[in-house]
Amino acid sequence: MLAAMSGGVDSAVAAARIAEAGHDVTGIHLALSSNPQSYRTGARGCCTLEDSRDARRAADVIGIPFYIWDMAERFHHDVVEDFVSEYAAGRTPNPCLRCNEKIKFEAVLDRALALGFDAVATGHHARLSDGVLRRSVDEGKDQSYVLGVLTREQLAHAIFPLGDSTKAEVRAEAARRGLTVADKPDSHDICFIADGNTRAFLADRLGAEEGPIVDALTGQVVGSHEGAFGFTVGQRKGLNIDRPAADGRPRYVLSIEPVSNTVTVGPRASLEVRSIVGERPVWNGPVREPYEPMTCTVQLRAHGEVYGCRAQLSGDQLHIELDAPATGVAPGQGAVLYDGDVVIGSATIASAI
Amino acid sequence: MGTAYLDHASTTPMLPEAIEAMTAQLGQVGNASSLHATGRRTRRVVEESRETIASAMGARPSEVVFTAGGTEADNLAIKGLFWARKRPRILISAIEHHAALDPAHWLAENHGAVVELLDVDEHGRVHPETLRAAIARDPGDVALVSVMWANNEVGTVQPIKELAAIAHEHGIPFHTDAVQAVSQLPVLFAESGVDAMTISGHKVGGPIGVGALLLARGVDPVPVLHGGGQERDVRSGTLDAPAIAGFAAAVHAAVARRAETAERLAVLRDDLIGRVRQAVPDVIVNGHPTDRLPGNAHFSFPGCEGDALLMLLDARGVECSTGSACSAGVAQPSHVLLAMGQDGLQARGSLRFSLGHTSTVTDVDRVAEVIGHVVERARRAGITSVSAS
Repeated sequence: MLAAMSGGVDSAVAAARIAEAGHDVTGIHLALSSNPQSYRTGARGCCTLEDSRDARRAADVIGIPFYIWDMAERFHHDVVEDFVSEYAAGRTPNPCLRCNEKIKFEAVLDRALALGFDAVATGHHARLSDGVLRRSVDEGKDQSYVLGVLTREQLAHAIFPLGDSTKAEVRAEAARRGLTVADKPDSHDICFIADGNTRAFLADRLGAEEGPIVDALTGQVVGSHEGAFGFTVGQRKGLNIDRPAADGRPRYVLSIEPVSNTVTVGPRASLEVRSIVGERPVWNGPVREPYEPMTCTVQLRAHGEVYGCRAQLSGDQLHIELDAPATGVAPGQGAVLYDGDVVIGSATIASAI
Repeated sequence: MGTAYLDHASTTPMLPEAIEAMTAQLGQVGNASSLHATGRRTRRVVEESRETIASAMGARPSEVVFTAGGTEADNLAIKGLFWARKRPRILISAIEHHAALDPAHWLAENHGAVVELLDVDEHGRVHPETLRAAIARDPGDVALVSVMWANNEVGTVQPIKELAAIAHEHGIPFHTDAVQAVSQLPVLFAESGVDAMTISGHKVGGPIGVGALLLARGVDPVPVLHGGGQERDVRSGTLDAPAIAGFAAAVHAAVARRAETAERLAVLRDDLIGRVRQAVPDVIVNGHPTDRLPGNAHFSFPGCEGDALLMLLDARGVECSTGSACSAGVAQPSHVLLAMGQDGLQARGSLRFSLGHTSTVTDVDRVAEVIGHVVERARRAGITSVSAS
């Protein structure tokens, strides 16, 4: 088995557990930039030189072979460029989800299978048994949402050894096993944006071009911005609106129109959506594809709220009707369907009204 | 399952003579610079070691400057001679070890040096005409020439005597890194005509962390390490008597047995190449067909990634090297293979097997047994960086 080791505590304990269970385990660390310093430095990222040393040290303690796999070009192409072009198109991508789909469980998995490995293990907090993906017992740390894009075939070769443990248990176990990463801080934010400033990162790549902020209720231009890509549907802060709205209520981003470089804002009520159309549906759960409406729940962003809904597949689209209105539903994010804590499928949000 | 250790060019096991000589000193106290009896005893160990190395290398004892290894000796030669000569141009082969190339590039970035890389042919050889032409562009402004005796990756042997003679026509000092050559080729310092020569302990069966720069009389590099003025004032620092004793014993034994070892290794190496070719008919053997280190076999496996091959072989008890520089853990295509005209893809699918004094036919058998299957698997995995969809 191949254990993908980020240099963090979770993947180290995951590798240790499968090695202890008697599997023949090889650790790998993914080099995601050919110039590692250009990515986040310090303890928060997932692709720095320090992280690769931490991963190697953990592999040595566990007693497994360890190699670094150069995935920089694939990562740049499939995750970083995709991230930029999604923003350019007015959507809000989730790069972690994309990295799981395209890097960890495609590029890495394909290579692992070709080289004779049976499966790829990661330190994600999610349960997986008999091909059924479920939420972690640690609800606060659950990562089943970012794994919801994986196909049945991908899940068949995935192992998530941490799903039955809380983060606190994982940390305690790391300390017990003598893994030096036991108290390393969790990673946050986007690993390939060195300073955490997404807007500046995008401006560098897409160019800053001034455009109008328009109030949806009045049609008036109420402010200006330095590039529509810097906004996310549902965003309230940093709008740079010159005057108070006519109704005196706070304004939220309702939509982003990249061609005219226009950001439309409106009151919270206008943000509410009940009907979502998803594209690129993936059906990976233990239930049949719902060609008739099916009652289930849906999560619309990482660590987001869960909504009751009815979901139905038609052609290449997944239609989701929410039981209660949701706000801040951004095209580009994943919609992951659950039955209780079991993942049953997912799609990328294309539109919502 | 035993392990077939075929990475002697990275480091080779210590010879029994070296272990004995070194351990005999480890329990002794003494600074070779002290004036009392204990110091004198230690100095005697160091000076006898110096004489042993000088005699094995065809040099005078006073020409041996001990360092903490090959990298330090290369740095001392290149930086020290550049500073001493006060001229801008450094002529250095494109296939040097990073211990020589990087100091030269560092001098270019920080001290106004102009680094001119000497091209090599497809076998990795520097042609005398190449050096002649490079010097001729302005013989008066060359600080030094540096060309390694034998390449650490592909094993190609350079025409050092001829190259040194060309440099000397213009009074230019010539440095050679002979780290890989000493235990496998006849290497004699004075006879070769070079002015400075790097040698290393752990490549010849001595301890890691000790080496020497052989410096001809009248060649005085500016020191890199300043301090107590040891080693002709060229390399300060308390002498490491135990390591030096082990180093000397290793050089003595390796040179004494060199002809016999080289002959034995060449037979094993040719057997290895033949059997790899049999298992993988489209394999490419890199380096010079005849003028190469007897213990070196270097291959490119088309369609494979060197890293994948290395991992699969490691899992089957065969230890070798991709020979590529490992910056930040990400394998870069070898600058040596690129300089020899290989494309980056082919260079990435390369492996070095290096044999040494403990190698036997069992090691070759192990490679022959697994290489076909391993290459087949690695081919299936392909080359990551270009398979982006």
